[in-house]
Amino acid sequence: MLYALKIATRYLTASKAQTALLVTGVAVGVFIFIFMSALIGGLAEFILSRTVGDISHITIEAETDDPSVLISPEGHVLVVAERGRTRTATLSEAATWLPLIEGVPGVRSVSPQISGAGFVTRGAQVAQVSVTGVEPGRESAILDLAGYMVEGDVRLGSGLIVLGRDLADDLALSIGQTLRLESSNGVTAALTLSGIFKTGNGSMDSARAFVSLATARTLYAMPQGVTRIEIKLDDLNAADATALRIRALTGLDAVPWTDGAEQLMEALNAQAQTGYFLKTFALITIVIGVASALLLSTYRRRPEIGIMRAMGAGRGFVIFVFVTQGALIGLMGGIMGAALGYLALLPFPSRDAFEPGTLPMDITQGSYGLAITLTVIGAILASILPARSAARVDPVTAIGQ
Amino acid sequence: MSALLEVTDLFKTYGTGEAATRVLRGLSLRLDTGEMAALLGPSGSGKSTLLTILGTLMKPTSGSYVMLGEDMISADDRALTEFRNAHIGFVFQFHNLLPDFTALENVVFPTAVREGRETPAARARGRDLLSRMGLADRIEFPSANLSGGQKQRVAVARALMNSPELVLADEPTGNLDRDSANQVMDLIGQINREEGTTFLISTHDEKIAGFCRRQIVVGDGVVTG
Repeated sequence: MLYALKIATRYLTASKAQTALLVTGVAVGVFIFIFMSALIGGLAEFILSRTVGDISHITIEAETDDPSVLISPEGHVLVVAERGRTRTATLSEAATWLPLIEGVPGVRSVSPQISGAGFVTRGAQVAQVSVTGVEPGRESAILDLAGYMVEGDVRLGSGLIVLGRDLADDLALSIGQTLRLESSNGVTAALTLSGIFKTGNGSMDSARAFVSLATARTLYAMPQGVTRIEIKLDDLNAADATALRIRALTGLDAVPWTDGAEQLMEALNAQAQTGYFLKTFALITIVIGVASALLLSTYRRRPEIGIMRAMGAGRGFVIFVFVTQGALIGLMGGIMGAALGYLALLPFPSRDAFEPGTLPMDITQGSYGLAITLTVIGAILASILPARSAARVDPVTAIGQ
Repeated sequence: MSALLEVTDLFKTYGTGEAATRVLRGLSLRLDTGEMAALLGPSGSGKSTLLTILGTLMKPTSGSYVMLGEDMISADDRALTEFRNAHIGFVFQFHNLLPDFTALENVVFPTAVREGRETPAARARGRDLLSRMGLADRIEFPSANLSGGQKQRVAVARALMNSPELVLADEPTGNLDRDSANQVMDLIGQINREEGTTFLISTHDEKIAGFCRRQIVVGDGVVTG
């Protein structure tokens, strides 16, 4: 087999221009494969980071009790006790669960919150807001609030409030000014604007207010417990499995972000499928290129193959010579294409620094090893037909050519 | 002398039906070890077909062929390939060297393909054979750069590489000038005398046939003399 390798190598080096052209063709295919892998992978990362990067990956909400019902012995409903409109379901033992949840592998941060509706009033101007009370120090646990601050400080304390840019502009508020916040429970508090954020999300910037958990307790008459616990993971793709684990650990209804995100997942899957198609076409191009080049080589070398057979080379030897050529072409083209792909992706910003207006290429998702492996396998498969054709050469006819 | 090979009642027909051409018509022949025989006959008489069958590159339509006590008719392709490699050498009219290989690499091919690599022993024997062929200064030359006579001498060295009992030569000098042809035939004669290798040389040339101790004349698909 070592000798067959020598002959294969000699055949490749004997026609340097042809081999270089063939290897370049394979390299271009591999380059496309890697470029598409990086683009599709980067695009998926980009879309996910833009859509679910700033939301909770797993959310635990207090379950609302069913209304009390009085039923007659015959099974007829006699009385239904209407639930108080201002009463909010609470996770009363949140403090107990937090250390447990924080200890689950893959959990990056946990944020116990009290959320509710309210009205912000300044002078004659009134705006409806969604209020979120978070623990001081955990302001950026889920939404990167610190990263979106455009004015003031993200730090939340007693009597402080942070608003979105659009809302602050609508109310003509600036840092240090005071406003009134009335909760849906009817509790009113005078708060000082300590910070303004801008996420680029219209509904967030125009109708969201952040206060401290202590302020929220007052506003929503909730001396203990929280309304929800939001959890951020290291890998958002692990949300389903981690949610199951938290459910098993705490018995709470942990809901992963993927619940209700079927359309997004379908879109990402469709995008991934498109990538697979493009990469498959690139591989098919490689296979056809290698197969056709080796078929031509086989035809050109028929007399030599005939001589080899006459000198005692078996069919297996001839097959090995041509399959080895295919493997070497695939290996060289694969490595060259992977190197070119890597170099071409270097100028693009890293996955954590995608910028608007640029292609979201992710150099870490180039699938370099996979591209080289598939190329070598493809080239070997492509060489089998020419190799079998070479092995079937009739020495008598070939020598006479 | 002992029989090296014996063919009996060989028939070979190319094509079928109305296009069928019968080339060998019951040919029988025996070659003894150490013989140097010329195979003579007009074009189309069946010389090349006979050489091809004796070289195990083709099977006859019918008849028997025994060489070194082994039945060549019933052997399968793999067995014939191994047998050919070990016991039969070929010299063709157009030398048929591997153009991308050096003279030495061409000569050691039959051994290297059997061993799976070019062993030092094989390379030493290849050098020795090329030296005997007067090509000591052309050992590492690309075969494509050699003259016609030199190529044919490389081909003779290659045929002798595995010390075969039989060398079949089909018009080995047909493409050479008289001096080169005589040089090649002298070398073949020398090998035959010194190593006892059997040579069967197909030729149209009476002078070349004169180098051989036995003349076998083929005509109309049978041995006629």
